[in-house]
Amino acid sequence: MVENRPVLNFLAHLVLIIGVAIVAFPIYVAFIASTHGPTDFLSGLIPMTPGHNIWHTYGTMLTDGMKSSGMPPLSLQMGNSLIMALTIAIGKIAISIISAYAIVYFKFPGRGIAFWLIFITLMMPVEVRILPTYKVVAELGMLNTYAGLTIPLIASATATFLFRQVFLTIPDELMEAARIDGAGPLKFFWDILLPMSRNNIAALFVILFIYGWNQYLWPLIVTTDTSHYTIVMGIKRMADVTDAQPQWNYIMATAILAMLPPVLVVIFMQKLFVKGLIETEK
Amino acid sequence: MKRTTFNQRALAYLLIAPQMAVTIVFFLWPTGQAIVQSFQQEDAFGLHTNWVGFANYQALFADPSYIQSLEVTVIFTVAVTFSSLIVALLLALAVDRTVKAGPTYTTLLVWPYAVAPAVVGVLWWFLFNPTIGPLPYVLGQMGYNWDHSLHGQDAMILVVIAAAWPQVSYNFLFFVAGLQSIPASLREAAAIDGAGPVKRFFTITLPLLSPTTFFLMVVNLVYAMFNTFPVIHATTQGGPAGSTDILVFKVYEDGFVGLNLGSSAAQSVVLLVIVIALTAVQFGWVERRVQY
Repeated sequence: MVENRPVLNFLAHLVLIIGVAIVAFPIYVAFIASTHGPTDFLSGLIPMTPGHNIWHTYGTMLTDGMKSSGMPPLSLQMGNSLIMALTIAIGKIAISIISAYAIVYFKFPGRGIAFWLIFITLMMPVEVRILPTYKVVAELGMLNTYAGLTIPLIASATATFLFRQVFLTIPDELMEAARIDGAGPLKFFWDILLPMSRNNIAALFVILFIYGWNQYLWPLIVTTDTSHYTIVMGIKRMADVTDAQPQWNYIMATAILAMLPPVLVVIFMQKLFVKGLIETEK
Repeated sequence: MKRTTFNQRALAYLLIAPQMAVTIVFFLWPTGQAIVQSFQQEDAFGLHTNWVGFANYQALFADPSYIQSLEVTVIFTVAVTFSSLIVALLLALAVDRTVKAGPTYTTLLVWPYAVAPAVVGVLWWFLFNPTIGPLPYVLGQMGYNWDHSLHGQDAMILVVIAAAWPQVSYNFLFFVAGLQSIPASLREAAAIDGAGPVKRFFTITLPLLSPTTFFLMVVNLVYAMFNTFPVIHATTQGGPAGSTDILVFKVYEDGFVGLNLGSSAAQSVVLLVIVIALTAVQFGWVERRVQY
């Protein structure tokens, strides 16, 4: 701050408080809605003060789900989301770090081509090639499997580039010293590179966990079997009742539970989250 | 590339094999398929495929619903990009002025980034519900009859708000970082020379922030064009009457629901060209930034 201007300071706080309120408003309304019974939505406006149905709503959704629209229990869907998020995050980090290691520390024919092939994947969001990718997964018999949910999303140019950057900043002398001391490539990777990139791995993990948890289109098309539903895609199936009024209290309870894990990750690991966000967008 | 390297070739191939396998099977092969299919047409029973040259593309650009989808995408993308950038910049400038409370505000403003776009869509859909939602009620008091299932304009505003909401957090973080990297001495010098806050903003802060702004603009364009499928799918489904039918939603609908393979493949290729162009711009910028 350059000079003290009380009016501007007041304005700054005002803007921020309004911003925070706008950000929090939808969540507040959703939470309040989830504490009411289904009849509270039949007439008039969405209630703005808490109801008394909170334990019933969340209890029913977590253990029974919503049978009328073929929804399995949310505990199962959250479990699926967790499996998906963890597999994608760990899988992406694992295959990216070893391929970046190969590209930076080894000399082999075809290295340039490999690098370019990985680079190209950066330009192909799944939305763009959705139908042919679906066909490949179907032909491999991977529909309604955890492998089908995760493996096609596991290749990541961004993560490979990130690790490449990290490795390039590690001084050459380290590797030379390790070699003189008789360490082979695997020992060097395990004992030196991996510990040195620990912070980057943690930051990337936070970003990829959120990415994996929030996937929507892919689980929507590869899972038709309710036992493989993830919570983020399941919420839409609940809201899709054509004739009846949607059961808002259950839908909003699902929304709250669907956003809770990634939001908690961001709040409690904010430093790693910011680091990961800024690193992956370089 | 390192000065010294290992020379166990077999190990190197082994290390890179998983990445290559996934890339080829799930990225390159399907993309190749899309390109090939965009030049083919299936007969009504799916028994024969014929090469038809550019017929799919010609049909696509002669199709009024595709032209409408292009227009809708441009409006949607520009609206999402600019609204989220401006709101984020305003919040970042405000945080930059606060002395002690900055980190608290930051925490309270960044978490929407973690909320899935589909969930965000459902939330705003609920808030804007024409019969029970609080926002249409307030608008109704002001004499505006909100109904996004009937009015295309209302539907567009709904999806723009829902798509921009989580993106504000993202832009905010980058703007805060950008503002912090502007040396305080520059602003102090300008203040001593008599420049007020508004003048300082336009002559010092904004120009020095322009690399961040440009980078964010490209990232937001890519986000609005390609990552907003869940927002549309969870809310308006492209309606009413195609007024929110953005390109990524149309390619899904024509492919999965309409089963029009040739047209869907041609649309994929058009999208691919757009992504490649945007990525090239983004990397061109990175190259330039490296120089200074």
